[in-house]
Amino acid sequence: MTGVETLAEEQLVYRRPESLCDVPTHYCPGCTHGVAHRIVAEVLDELGVRERTIGVSPVGCAVLAYKYFNTDGAEAAHGRAPAMATGIKRLMPDHVVFTYQGDGDLAAIGIAEIIHAAARGENFTTIFINNAIYGMTSGQMAPTTLPGQRTSSSPNGRDVELAGYPLRVAELLAGVTGGAYIARRSLHNVKEINRAKQAVRTAFQAQLAGLGFSLVELLSACPTNWEMTPPEAMQWIEEHMVPYYPLGDFKVIDEVQALMKRR
Amino acid sequence: MTVELLKGNVALAEAAIRAGVEAYFGYPITPQTEVLEHMAKRMPELGRVFIQAESELAAINMVYGAACTGARAMTSSSSPGISLMQEGLSYIACSEVPCVVVDVMRGGPGLGNIDPSQADYFQVTRSAGHGDYHALVLAPASVQEAIDLTVQAFDLADKYRHVVMVVADGLIGQMMEPAELPPMQPLHTERPEWALTGAAGREPNIITSLELSAPGLEAVNLRLQAKLDEIRQTEQRSTEMLTEGAKLIVVGYGTAGRIAQTAVKQARREGMKVGLFRPITLWPFPEKRLSMLADYVDAFLVVEMNAGQMVDDVRLSAGGQVPVTNYGRMGGVVPVPEEIYHEIAALYERL
Repeated sequence: MTGVETLAEEQLVYRRPESLCDVPTHYCPGCTHGVAHRIVAEVLDELGVRERTIGVSPVGCAVLAYKYFNTDGAEAAHGRAPAMATGIKRLMPDHVVFTYQGDGDLAAIGIAEIIHAAARGENFTTIFINNAIYGMTSGQMAPTTLPGQRTSSSPNGRDVELAGYPLRVAELLAGVTGGAYIARRSLHNVKEINRAKQAVRTAFQAQLAGLGFSLVELLSACPTNWEMTPPEAMQWIEEHMVPYYPLGDFKVIDEVQALMKRR
Repeated sequence: MTVELLKGNVALAEAAIRAGVEAYFGYPITPQTEVLEHMAKRMPELGRVFIQAESELAAINMVYGAACTGARAMTSSSSPGISLMQEGLSYIACSEVPCVVVDVMRGGPGLGNIDPSQADYFQVTRSAGHGDYHALVLAPASVQEAIDLTVQAFDLADKYRHVVMVVADGLIGQMMEPAELPPMQPLHTERPEWALTGAAGREPNIITSLELSAPGLEAVNLRLQAKLDEIRQTEQRSTEMLTEGAKLIVVGYGTAGRIAQTAVKQARREGMKVGLFRPITLWPFPEKRLSMLADYVDAFLVVEMNAGQMVDDVRLSAGGQVPVTNYGRMGGVVPVPEEIYHEIAALYERL
């Protein structure tokens, strides 16, 4: 058997989604931003909406996300992506608009903007990356840093007496009328990644159906700032983050439920 | 068209509508709230976008988003709210998307009060946000001028893809005067090629103010500065009265300029050779005309409703050729013509 014949029998089983640009990213080894980007891009491809999608990037590790998604994009001020997305979506109601935000961006400086976007039932989708730390500024305490978790600004571990408790964003936003679909998933193993993709797809489908605000929180790894190997980081998500941040759907309005059943 | 009795805030809101504003985002703050209220009623009626935002931070970033789609977008606020918008203004200026921002100034610093003031001159003319830029700033002195400048603001914003501010004070916002509104313009529904409209059949459009390389960001700044230079060369506007043969020229903008006009007329009646120079663009400051006048007069008197801010620009324009003094009232106190007249008379005597 010659090499040429072997090549002829090859089948393409895995490729870059069209909604991702063919460029190297700046993300650290073992970081799950790449997985989250790919999930979003695959969903945009599968829904056939890339050419009418506008993404809004945050300030934080994903600040350059607009260079990685092969869609129109804007770069928001820190925490203000939901306000910017509101302006875009209200002017372009037939387009697909999403924000991609980390925990500092969304749950600290931008908590007002996300709550009010949800309360208004803004018809866009938010991908919320919760890795329990400020990654870009090299590992300070985030609003989602776990009690006792060491960071460069909580060197003895997060002391809840001094620094308060981490915010459970999905649960918080599920309590806001106006949300259509609010879910939390994790990216720590293949099964959870597949479930995460299903949730992201549901969120975008809810938007396409005009049902209101949708958000998927993704528990994510930051091996660099957690000072762990990538496998250790995955394990840490499972053992420490998932118990504090339970996975599941926290808000599914009836119309979204119907969409999920139809699948 | 007909002349109507109109309140300043309502007039400039309606002027924006007729200029084709497609989206308004705002937050209540006295003394500009009637702009928000008028928009709340009119914009939905016309099928346009109105949102009462959760804060001025959100409002300006909604404007940023809407402007990214190439639509005419605006917000309005008053001094403390404009402080909160500074972050967004800086991003918008660097991203080079057009927008209009109305500031109906009130007394400061801090929470201050809700009375008329011009204490935001530095805030709006120096940079209106962090970084290295100026917004284009228009200052009306009457309800009619508020209407006219608001309409022009949208054209200037589109022309230069830049932040244009209409800076009034609580008096202009709150008072009623006879004025004429412009005809309703059709909406500019065609979107510019840079706008975020979806990457269908083209490469993605990106709107960002981020540039990580120093030479790259310097290039962005050089492009911005070239644009600002062009604005500085072509957009200086002012009006004047009785400056021909004047020995003393009073310089004031907006409400202060208008009150000074009465004092100048009184001084003329008393035989003093006094004129009035009223800047209409605060940035670019009308330095060309003012420095020309500096060749003829013996002194400038700057009248402001603040501690003396524009006086710096008048001094720069006068280039040390003639003395420049200032008279300012603060904290929301509006000067009356008599006190300005006394300043004029006292200064004139010493010339």
